[in-house]
Amino acid sequence: MERLTKPILLCACFALLSVGASPAHAQSKELLLFNWSNYMPPDLLKRFEAETGIKVTLDTYDSNETMLAKLQAGGAGYDVVVPTGPTVQVMVRDGLLMKIDASTMSNFKNVRAPFDKPTFDPERAYTVPYMWGSTGLAYDTAKVPGVKLDESWKELFEPRQPFVGQIGMLKDQNEVLGAAAFYLGYDYCFEKPEEGQKILELLEKQKPAVKVYNSEGTVDRVGGGDVAMELMWNGSFHRAHKKLATVAYIYPREGLALWGDNLAIPKGAKNIENAKLFLNWMMEPKNAAEATNFLGYNNAIKGSEQFLDASLRDDPAVNTPEEDAARFRPMRDCPKASVDLKDKIWTRLLR
Amino acid sequence: MSNVRQRAGLLTPAMAVIGVLLVLPLGLMAFVSTLERGRDGGVIWSRHTLDAYVQFLFERDLMDNLVLNTDYLQIFARSIGLATTTAVLTLVIAFPIALWMAFQPPQRRTFLLFVVTVPFWTNLLVRNYAWILLLRNGGVFDRLAQSTGLTHEPLNVLYSPLATGIGLVYSFLPFMILPIYVSLEKLDRRLIEAAFDLGANRWHALTRIILPLSMPGIVGGFILVFVPCLGAFVTPALLGGGKSLMIGSLIQQQFGQSRNWPFGAALAFVLLALIVFALVLHGLRYRRLAGRLT
Repeated sequence: MERLTKPILLCACFALLSVGASPAHAQSKELLLFNWSNYMPPDLLKRFEAETGIKVTLDTYDSNETMLAKLQAGGAGYDVVVPTGPTVQVMVRDGLLMKIDASTMSNFKNVRAPFDKPTFDPERAYTVPYMWGSTGLAYDTAKVPGVKLDESWKELFEPRQPFVGQIGMLKDQNEVLGAAAFYLGYDYCFEKPEEGQKILELLEKQKPAVKVYNSEGTVDRVGGGDVAMELMWNGSFHRAHKKLATVAYIYPREGLALWGDNLAIPKGAKNIENAKLFLNWMMEPKNAAEATNFLGYNNAIKGSEQFLDASLRDDPAVNTPEEDAARFRPMRDCPKASVDLKDKIWTRLLR
Repeated sequence: MSNVRQRAGLLTPAMAVIGVLLVLPLGLMAFVSTLERGRDGGVIWSRHTLDAYVQFLFERDLMDNLVLNTDYLQIFARSIGLATTTAVLTLVIAFPIALWMAFQPPQRRTFLLFVVTVPFWTNLLVRNYAWILLLRNGGVFDRLAQSTGLTHEPLNVLYSPLATGIGLVYSFLPFMILPIYVSLEKLDRRLIEAAFDLGANRWHALTRIILPLSMPGIVGGFILVFVPCLGAFVTPALLGGGKSLMIGSLIQQQFGQSRNWPFGAALAFVLLALIVFALVLHGLRYRRLAGRLT
């Protein structure tokens, strides 16, 4: 018996070892894309494959943290990842991204300001812009006939009677605490305990009026009338608006979070040239527009407007009016003290 | 001697699997829980601290003194309460079903067993979404209640503790039915006949004969429901509205946005310790009980 088990065990050991040590093969016609789930139109990828002959393999994640953990663990072997602004800062600091000098790419001239010089990557040394959006306030106008809500977070945190018990919130501490901080006039990365205390009090007072904290299913929730008010991403709002014509989107005057997702090449990528080709290709107006038409989020590419669906061009939640754009506050990576304070408040709110 | 060797050889693969897939990751988690956290998540491998375990019970106030913090205890208590309630409810529902199944003709029994396992063919997440469609206002149950004139108001069941309860009991019911059914099926029918012959009524036969003899199944089912239910966070988040944290989502939060891996690992370990403690306690009681019977 022993004679039998030993070789089997040895074989198993070798099998385990060889998995990690497959030889790095030279540049091939491949591209390994690691993206948020459902965040790029499948037809667009097919067109990229047809135009360049590069085969795209897609793997997906559900949060920046998941993607980050996988890259931090090393050896994931992806060629392109899609981090949000603050996560770009973390990845650059940890040396996870390859320097690509995107501003020298041929299509970079198409990038619209201010996305050509974002705070998280001012030189665009590591990333090119993909989709961007805002986190604003959506509500059903049918609940308050004849009344126009104030363009303020007050409507969400100290709601009028028709919205009590009808409010949906994102289950995301940065989004919720960020919006509350804007309302109270604090910085997105607030660190002072007194400010944290004020935010907690505000949210605890609001909580009885909240029906659900969940980041998923906001489109169905708002479009189906399960909630009448929602802290919401503008692309989701656009889709909900298609289901329920009476919902409206507010850009609160106290400021609202602006986030931008980016395409980047992680260190250790095997098909660097293909990845650069892909990044440049995505800055082509027609291609960026196709992604926007599919997702309902705006892109940062000049000249893509002509390819957009009319419903998107006419939706002020997606195509932000000039005066509302001034209310955008770019999301950024907060210092540890702020991250810890937010964790404490969030846990206490939901304990 | 060769017998011993043979046994060792046969055991090696299983032990290796347990070692690689259970002991190693758990050991790693235990180690991580004693490390200092990294700036952007992750840990600093060279620096040790027990901060994570201190944080479970205490926090620093503005004067930098350690004061008791019951936030995490409250979250643990809620999860344990929810798991207990679910286990008791599933038991109440599952026992009659299992009893009825066990007394069916063999062929129908096979069919019924098959029916009980059908929900496993679909992913838990998908089934939870199905419940959203059933429970929401304007959903199947709401329309049914309104069209039959039971109520004229929306039911407002979705995003309430009741919805969480329905979802959890539904999800875990098969885990209670199956072990109880197995212990009831093996039960020697002659014992029940003997009870009736000796003058027991149906109630006595049930409480004095059937219930004690199906105890292993009931306990097994209780553990199978209670333990995974402790870590449940999908159902409370989707159906309950996510207004209160569960242990599962608290741990997820630590590895995610809060970037505190050691604390996440420590929370997982406190949970594990609680479960092991409960099982050991149960094991001791069970042994004493068995000792009294023989």
